[in-house]
Amino acid sequence: MNKTQSIAVNASEITPPELFYNRRHFMQLSAGLTLAGLLPFEVLAGDKLENVKTATDSMTEKLTPFKDVTSYNNFYEFGTGKEDPARYAGSLKTRPWTITVEGEVNKPKVFDIEEILKLAPLEERIYRLRCVEAWSMVIPWAGYPLAELLKRVEPKGNAKFVEFISLHDPEQMPGQKSPTLNWPYREGLRIDEAMHPLTLLALGLYGEVLPNQNGAPIRLVVPWKYGFKSAKSIVKIRLVEKQPITSWMTAGPAEYGFYSNVNPEVDHPRWTQSKERRIGEFLKRPTLPFNGYAEQVAHLYAGMDLIKNF
Amino acid sequence: MILLKKLDNKALAWVKFSVFLLALIPIARLGVGAYFDDLGANPIEKITRTTGYWTLVFLLITLTITPLRRIIGWTWLMRLRRMLGLFVFFYASLHFLTYLVLDQFFDWAAIIKDIVKRPYITVGFPAFILLIPLAITSNNRLIGLLGGRRWLLLHRLVYLCAIGGVVHYWWLVKKDISNPLTFAVLLGLLLGVRLLYWLRGLNKSFAVFNRSGDVT
Repeated sequence: MNKTQSIAVNASEITPPELFYNRRHFMQLSAGLTLAGLLPFEVLAGDKLENVKTATDSMTEKLTPFKDVTSYNNFYEFGTGKEDPARYAGSLKTRPWTITVEGEVNKPKVFDIEEILKLAPLEERIYRLRCVEAWSMVIPWAGYPLAELLKRVEPKGNAKFVEFISLHDPEQMPGQKSPTLNWPYREGLRIDEAMHPLTLLALGLYGEVLPNQNGAPIRLVVPWKYGFKSAKSIVKIRLVEKQPITSWMTAGPAEYGFYSNVNPEVDHPRWTQSKERRIGEFLKRPTLPFNGYAEQVAHLYAGMDLIKNF
Repeated sequence: MILLKKLDNKALAWVKFSVFLLALIPIARLGVGAYFDDLGANPIEKITRTTGYWTLVFLLITLTITPLRRIIGWTWLMRLRRMLGLFVFFYASLHFLTYLVLDQFFDWAAIIKDIVKRPYITVGFPAFILLIPLAITSNNRLIGLLGGRRWLLLHRLVYLCAIGGVVHYWWLVKKDISNPLTFAVLLGLLLGVRLLYWLRGLNKSFAVFNRSGDVT
């Protein structure tokens, strides 16, 4: 046995000296990349989203400026003031992030956010957003229909409703230190509402990764319902048989119903819903039934008493 | 303290002037914000909230004057009361005008519907209207004309305005009542102190009555 022979190395395996001496540089580079992986620069708020299909439908209404969309928010997890989310949402860590999809499904699964980002082609959707407080915006979201995600877990026949649960972590979401709402934030949709092509799983806005104050890293956008129905910073989606109780239903059962479709005929008990102020405009404009999406969604409620089912 | 207990006219004029300038800060800030387009995404809401908030703050400050004078004995405080009261009316008027012009833009039908149907406006509107006679009678000529007792009686309306104002705020917030709650507690204290003094005054007269009863 020749020891020197056993440790013989093929010439191809020998590190070329220029690389060998560059080892320090390589280590620095890889350390940097690891760090970048831990602090995922490439997908943080403010970065451009790649390959977003531009909106095909023609939205004639003027977009609400990016500054207003990102500085005037209702996101009680960061405080009840409109400027609070923009001010305090920096403490929200959007990586790592997983979304558990479970309940009445054949293939329950925990999705990693990176997987979610690549699950379906991202498209731009320009939607009106009508807040229950009678103001509105027009926002270019980026995302894909929620149905794309739901189809992958194969809902069972008895999955009649979908419940959305947002992150509960008072360290990251200081507003949760006060019992303003019943944390974690819960929202819900009927399965046909959830599967509707307008119902969007949004990952960005204005072509950028979703800013923290707008519900990063992943939120719902249901354009024909009041804004609070569109859950933000979602960590869990449950398909269930019974109608879920949402956070706002608990907070004010007489004021916030499960459906909460935009409806100028049904006033909030304390203020009118017949008009709204579009952010950036002076005169109020009339509120449209289903926020202007009646043509696409009114059939979902055929025969239903929408005053009773507010 | 002893120095502050009695102010000469010159010192009081300076105090009044300073309070006057301080009381203008909220409106000045709104003006600057409006000029630089820096009132946020919903400036009308910002103006409505700011003027409403300061109306209540000045109302509570005005209601603090009398009990404070009784407790610490600075009688000159009373000479600030009228100006502070008029600032209540100033901010309340701006608040009302913001609603009338900027928010509703003279949509009278909508305004009447609001007054009838929206409880927070149903209490807020009369609370503002009741301030008007108080503002009008806040000059020496009308005080003289009315006579001190009647003037005092009329100005007790301010308690109703204050309660109406706080309830108005409480009923309009969507969920987080911490601000209106603070106002309600402070107002409760200020009205409570008055009730206490009133009861003590009653007891005194009872005591006098009993003593005279003993004699017979």
